[in-house]
Amino acid sequence: MTTRIVELRQGILKKNDELAAVLRERYMHAGVLVLNLVSSPGTGKTAFLELTLRRLIERGAKAAALVGDLETDNDARRLAASGAPVRQINTHGICHLDAEMIGRHIDGWAGVELDGLDYLFIENVGNLVCPSSYDLGEKIRVALLSVTEGEDKPLKYPTLFNSADAAAITKIDIAEPCGFDRELALHNINEIRPGIRIFETSAKTGAGLDAWLDYLGQQRLAVKS
Amino acid sequence: MHELSIVESIVDAVTETAAAYPGARVKSVRLRLGVLAAVVEDSLQFCWGLATEGTALAGAALVVKSVPVRVHCAACGRDAEIEGVQSFRCPGCGEPAADLRQGRELEIESIEIEEPDKVSESAKEQVGECGLPPFSR
Repeated sequence: MTTRIVELRQGILKKNDELAAVLRERYMHAGVLVLNLVSSPGTGKTAFLELTLRRLIERGAKAAALVGDLETDNDARRLAASGAPVRQINTHGICHLDAEMIGRHIDGWAGVELDGLDYLFIENVGNLVCPSSYDLGEKIRVALLSVTEGEDKPLKYPTLFNSADAAAITKIDIAEPCGFDRELALHNINEIRPGIRIFETSAKTGAGLDAWLDYLGQQRLAVKS
Repeated sequence: MHELSIVESIVDAVTETAAAYPGARVKSVRLRLGVLAAVVEDSLQFCWGLATEGTALAGAALVVKSVPVRVHCAACGRDAEIEGVQSFRCPGCGEPAADLRQGRELEIESIEIEEPDKVSESAKEQVGECGLPPFSR
């Protein structure tokens, strides 16, 4: 018997990364800004996205959303109330979205072409661990944190916050009764991801939405040019 | 708990590579896992056992090498390893350092295989035209 070492130096998620690279190319070619929204369950991703879609459409932009959940199409139905095309992805037990699921749902999406969109939002499965490993070809990964969750979430889940390009604090309308320490939360996010853009928002009052929408507009211009 | 999906990807990649070495047995698989890879080694080992049971990879060891986080400091220009993942600051000057150079690795470094020795010329002569050794004819 002879023993031999075969060098591989290969990414474990190579297949996902390759599919994500193809998607990224397609998004760029279509001139659509793609965002991946990640957070724990209950942070308010859907409410935040619903208001975002509504406001973008009011501004005349063409926005659509893919939304991932283990089961039910409840979120897709909620988001569709904004007037945007929305497609539900049910993962049936899988704790994250991957590039293959995204590609498949974009391709079979009746009436929606990437070319016709300005923005595509992907609302990931509520989970602060697994989605951080899977590239969906997005331009911007947004980590959300609600005031009810505790200011140390970024320290507990550093991978997700470190891999984010922007962060949104949600439900700031109830920050005070929750005893939310704003300074500490901002400090913790910055410790994990120095210099990240942070938006303090409320889907209920609309607070912080203008700054968020302006940021989206700038990012979208960068994709288009 | 995406360790099972990760293990399935490892099994696919290793099986594909090992197919180029017919008759060989995979003894071990070496991984490089960044501290920021969000993968738990215990879960990985557990899933590896489950996923390889009863397959050609059964009994192969999964050897995990942890890769620390390295950042590049824009303020002082140095590349340095940071301790833990609770504060992304340059250990030299203390400034925040967002430029990650290492620590998210999730890769298969190598596999160790055991190959049967090449059949010698004299041994080949004992093999009949049909390619089988005499006793099985």
